[in-house]
Amino acid sequence: MMKQEIDTLLQETLDRLARLEDAQELEKLRIEVLGRKGEIARLFKQLGASPAEERPTLGKLLNEARLRLENAFQEAKLQTGAASPRVSGLDISLPGRLPYLGHLHPITKVSMEITEIFQRLGFEVVEGPDVELDYYNFEALNIPKDHPARDMQDTFYVTENIVLRTHTSPIQVRVMEKQPPPVRIIAPGKAYRCDSDMTHTPMFHQVEGLVVDKDVSFGDLKGVLTIFVHQMFGQDVDLRFRPSFFPFTEPSAEVDIRCVICRGEGCRVCSETGWLEILGSGMVDPEVFKMVGYDPEEVTGYAFGMGIERIAMLKYGINDLRLFFDNDLRFLEQF
Amino acid sequence: MQISFKWLQSMVECNASPDEIAHRLTMAGLEVEAIEPFQFGLERIVVGRIQDMDKHPHAEHLQVCKVEIPDNIFKVVCGAPNVAVGQIVPLALDGACLHNGAEVRSSEIHGVLSQGMLCSERELGLGKDASGIMVLDANLCLGSPLAAALQLDDLIFYVGITPNRADCLSVVGIAREVAALFGEKLSPPTISLKESGPPVESLSSVKIEDPDLCPRYAARIVQNIKIKPSPLWMRQRLEAQGVRAINNIVDVTNYVMLELGQPLHAFDYHRLDENRIVVRRAQPNETFVTLDGQKHQLGADMLLICDASRGVALAGIMGGLNSEITPETKTVLIESAYFQPTGTRRTAKALGLSTESSYRFERGVDPEGVIAALDRAAQLMVELSEGELASGRLDVYPLPIKLEPVELRISKTNSFLGTALSREEISKHLESIQLKVSSAGEDFLVVDPPSFRADLTREVDLMEEVARLAGYDLVPSASPVARLASAKQAEDQVIRHYSKETLVSLGFCEIVSYSFITPRAMELLRLKDNDRRRQLLPLRNPLSEDQSVMRTSLVPNMLEAAARNQRQNNFNLRLFELSKVFFPKEGDELPEERFNLCGWLSGLRRPPGWNDTSQSVDFFDAKGAVEALLMNLGIRDLRWSEKAPAPYLNPQAAARIYAADLHLGDLGEVDRDVLENFALKGPAYLFDLDFDLLLEKTVSAKKFQPLPRFPAVNRDLAIVVSDTVAAQDLLDYLEKHRPQYAESITLFDQYRGTQVAKDRKSLAFRITYRSEERSLTDLEVNDIHTALSQKVVDAFEAQLRS
Repeated sequence: MMKQEIDTLLQETLDRLARLEDAQELEKLRIEVLGRKGEIARLFKQLGASPAEERPTLGKLLNEARLRLENAFQEAKLQTGAASPRVSGLDISLPGRLPYLGHLHPITKVSMEITEIFQRLGFEVVEGPDVELDYYNFEALNIPKDHPARDMQDTFYVTENIVLRTHTSPIQVRVMEKQPPPVRIIAPGKAYRCDSDMTHTPMFHQVEGLVVDKDVSFGDLKGVLTIFVHQMFGQDVDLRFRPSFFPFTEPSAEVDIRCVICRGEGCRVCSETGWLEILGSGMVDPEVFKMVGYDPEEVTGYAFGMGIERIAMLKYGINDLRLFFDNDLRFLEQF
Repeated sequence: MQISFKWLQSMVECNASPDEIAHRLTMAGLEVEAIEPFQFGLERIVVGRIQDMDKHPHAEHLQVCKVEIPDNIFKVVCGAPNVAVGQIVPLALDGACLHNGAEVRSSEIHGVLSQGMLCSERELGLGKDASGIMVLDANLCLGSPLAAALQLDDLIFYVGITPNRADCLSVVGIAREVAALFGEKLSPPTISLKESGPPVESLSSVKIEDPDLCPRYAARIVQNIKIKPSPLWMRQRLEAQGVRAINNIVDVTNYVMLELGQPLHAFDYHRLDENRIVVRRAQPNETFVTLDGQKHQLGADMLLICDASRGVALAGIMGGLNSEITPETKTVLIESAYFQPTGTRRTAKALGLSTESSYRFERGVDPEGVIAALDRAAQLMVELSEGELASGRLDVYPLPIKLEPVELRISKTNSFLGTALSREEISKHLESIQLKVSSAGEDFLVVDPPSFRADLTREVDLMEEVARLAGYDLVPSASPVARLASAKQAEDQVIRHYSKETLVSLGFCEIVSYSFITPRAMELLRLKDNDRRRQLLPLRNPLSEDQSVMRTSLVPNMLEAAARNQRQNNFNLRLFELSKVFFPKEGDELPEERFNLCGWLSGLRRPPGWNDTSQSVDFFDAKGAVEALLMNLGIRDLRWSEKAPAPYLNPQAAARIYAADLHLGDLGEVDRDVLENFALKGPAYLFDLDFDLLLEKTVSAKKFQPLPRFPAVNRDLAIVVSDTVAAQDLLDYLEKHRPQYAESITLFDQYRGTQVAKDRKSLAFRITYRSEERSLTDLEVNDIHTALSQKVVDAFEAQLRS
C-alpha cells in the first residue's frame, strides 16, 4: 500500500531527524528524502502507477508529507546551525561596511523638539530677522532708551537704531503688528549679546512663544508651560514658577525645573539649589499691547522664551557651552 | 546685591532659618542666588585664658604666660603691661595673620620659645587701642575662634534685584519684604537728633537751577568733627556688604546708603566756595575731576553740584577731588537728594562711570526717604565724630513727586491671574507691603503706593504684587483652552528642514557657526573687489576683530570648522551649514538676510573599513550630493557651467550651478591657495548655494506617475568623439533629438585610453525605449536606435564603438 509507505517514510524520517545533531548528516538525510532523486520524488513517480480513483487522495497525502518534512528540516537546520562549523569562511563577526552617518546639530534637534511640542498644541512657527531695529528689539517691548532694563542685555549695535537682536522677542511685536488677535506662535532663532566667557557665547539660540486671546490668564501660562516641561523633560519632573522681571511682561515668572542631574539634592550644575532655571515667561505687559494697537482691556496674553543651548545641555548632559560652536566631529557625531 | 544676614535680622525679628528666608524671598521675586559665610578675618585667633605667668628669665619687661584652651596649654612670651593671670585674651596661633599683615610664627624670644602671641585691639584690627593686650569678656568660650566668640561672623545673601525693585537696594528694603512674607514687624533704625549747633541757614544755602534733573536737594551741616576710623561694628557691616571702610564720615554716607538705599555725599564744608551749594547743568566744555583723580569732559545735559564758583560733585555719581573729606576736615555738609533717574543714567553711561550711587539713582530712590537718610547720617556722624549738628536742615523741593492712587478691580485680578481670591485676601497682601488700601465700590479697591514704590502705577502692577505675595504656586495651572486655528508651518521652513534631513541621509553632519566673521575673510577667499559679498555689515562694538562683521558667505566659517577638525586628525569630513548671510543696505534700512547652504567634502569616499580600498572623494561626489539634494527638491533644468568659477575654487575643477538661467551657486575643488590660507589639507570640495533661490525653484507638490504597463527595451549607444566635446553637449543633443518611445537617456560610461585614438574619448549612453500602448518589437526599436546613432555620428564627427 502506498499510503503506508508514505506514513512510514514520514515517521522514520522524523525519528532520524530528532537524533541528528550534525549539520552535514542533516543535509545528507535531506538529500536522501527530499532531494531530486530522493524518497519523496520516488513516491511521486509511483503515484502515476496507482489507481486513478486513489490518485487525488494519495497526491494530497504525499504533498502534505513533503511539506511537513521540509518544515522539519528547516527547523532542525536552524537548531544545529549555531553549533555547526562555518562552511564558506564567512566571518560574520567582522564589522559591517558602514556608510557615512550624517547628524543634525544638537541645536537643530532640540529646537525642532521644542517647536514640535508647541505645534502639537496648535502654535504656528514664525521667524524674524536677526538684524533688528532697536524699536522692535527694545522700544516696542517696553524697554525705552536710558532704561536700566537695557543693562540686562549687552547689545551689539550696527547703527544707532539697528542692533543684532538680543532675544527672539521682537518677533512677538512683528507678528502682532501684522495680524489681529488671536495669536498663537512659536518662534525659534538666533540671538546675540556681546558677552563671551565660560557660560556665554556671543551668538546663541532661543525659542519664543506668544499667546494672545480673550480671557487668557496666568493660570493658562502655567498650564501650557507645565505641559511643555513634562513633554520635554519627563512627566515626573517637578517645576516651579518664580516671580521675576521682564519689561515686556507683568507678572513675570522664571520657570525652574528640579535639577535633572542631582534630582534636587544640590550639585554644581544647579549651584546647590536643587533647581535649574530653564525659561522666562509672563503675562504680556499692557504697554506692549498698546504699542501694536491691541486693546489690553479686550485681550490678554502670555509670552515665554528659552535658551536652546541651555535646554540641550540639560537634555544631553553637555558641560561646556562652547562645544556647540566648535563643530568638532567628535561632538557632532554624538547626536 | 550683598546683604548681611545679621544686619537684616536687626531690622526684622524672624525666627526662620536663613535657608527658609532665602527661599521665601526667592519665591517672592527677590532671588537669593547664593548664601555664603562671611569671615571677618581673624583665622587661627582663639579665645584663651592666662592660667599662670612667670618673669622671662633673660628679659626684664617680658612675661612668659601659660595660656589655656581646652586640652592644650601654650607658652607665650608677652610684653604688655596689663597682662594678668586669669584674664581672657585673644591668642594668635601659628599662621594667624595680624591686621598689619604680619604672620604669627612660633619663635624663640631671648631664648624662650613663644608658641603664639597675645594681641591688642589694634593688632587685631578691632580697635585703636594698642596700649596693652585686649581683655575679653570673662564668659567667652575658651578655645573658640575669636571671630565667632565676638559674633563677627555673618552670612551674606547674594540677592539678584531686578531693575523694577529699586526699593530693595537696601537692607531696610529686603527687611520690609521679609516682614511682609513672614508677617513680622519691621523695625527700621530709630533716628534721634541732637541739634547743638547754629541754625543751618546761617551757615549755607542750596539753590537748584535745574529742577528737571534735580527735583529735591537737602543738606545738613555737622561742625567740629574729628576724622577717625569707624568703630568695629560699622566696619564689620560695611565689609560684610563689600564696601571698604575709609573714615567715620565717608563710612557713614556709605553705611546709610546700604541701610536705607539713599546715596549720600559728604563735602568738606570749608572747601566749598562761599560754603554754599548750587545745582545746575554743566556748562559747555566744562571739565571736572572726580575723587578718583579722573578728569571728565562734561556735556550740556550733565548735572553738576557746584559751590559759588565751580563744580564740586557729579550729581548722583561721584564727588570731586576739590571738596572731598580729608583727615583735616572740621565741618561737613551732608547732601541727600533725589536726582532724576534717566538724567543720572545718561551721564553715568556717557562718562563710563557706574557707582553704587548712580546705580541707585538710575533706578529711582525714594523722594520722601531723602530726609530720613539725611537725618540718619547726621545722627551717626555726631555719634562717631563727636561733632555738633547745626540745627535744622536745608530742603529745596521745587518739584514734589507724587504717586497717584491706583484702582484695582477684584474680578479682573482674578480672571487675569486665574485665581479666586477674596477682596480681603487681596487687601491683606497689598497692605503687607505698606500700600494703603481703601474700598471704592463692590469690585474696586483704591491703592495708594508708598513713595518708595514708584514702580506701582498701573492696575497690572498691583496684580503682580498680589500674585507674588500670594505665591505663584497658589495660582492653579489651567488646561489650555483655545479656539482651533490652522497652525500651518511656512513652506520655506519645511523645505529647509527637509533639505537638512536629505543631507544628513547623504552622510553629512550639520554645523552651526557664528554669524560674524573677520573682514579679512573675503580676501582669504580671493573674492573680487566688485563681488557683492565684499560689502560687509560691520558691528559698532564687536568683541574682537575676528568677529567684527556679519557674514555674507558661509564659506569662511565652513573652512574654519574643517580646519579645526583636521587639527584633530579628522580628515574624512562631510559637513554642511544652512544659515543666514547678511547684505547691508543704505542708512537705517535693515540688511537683506538670505539663507545659504554650504557643504564640504574631504577624505575618503567611504569610512575606512577592513576590506575597503576606498578612494578619496572627488568632484563628482560633491556634484552627486548637490544633484541628489536638488533632485529631491524637485528642481529640474539643472545646468553646470565652467565659466567664471568661484574665485576660491580650483578653476580646473569648478562649476557654477544653474537651474535654467538662475545661478544657484557654486561647486568644486577648493583652491590650493585658499586651503593654505585656512591651514587646510586638500583635496577638498565645497558647494555653496543661495538657498532662497533654491526655494523659488523647489517643486514640493509631488505628482504620481502611473507605473508602466509594457516592458522596456534598452539599447546602448557608445560613440567616440573629440575630447573637446562635453558630455552635456551630447546629452543636450540627444535630448533635443529624443526619438519616439525614448523614455530615458543616461550616460553610463566614459573611456579614454589605448582603445581609442589620442584626443578622443568614448562615451556610452543607455537609452530606454518604451511604449505606453504596447510591447515594442526588437525590430522597430533597432530602426529607431540606428537612426538616432547615425544622427549623433554625423553631428559630432563621431565613430560608433562596438
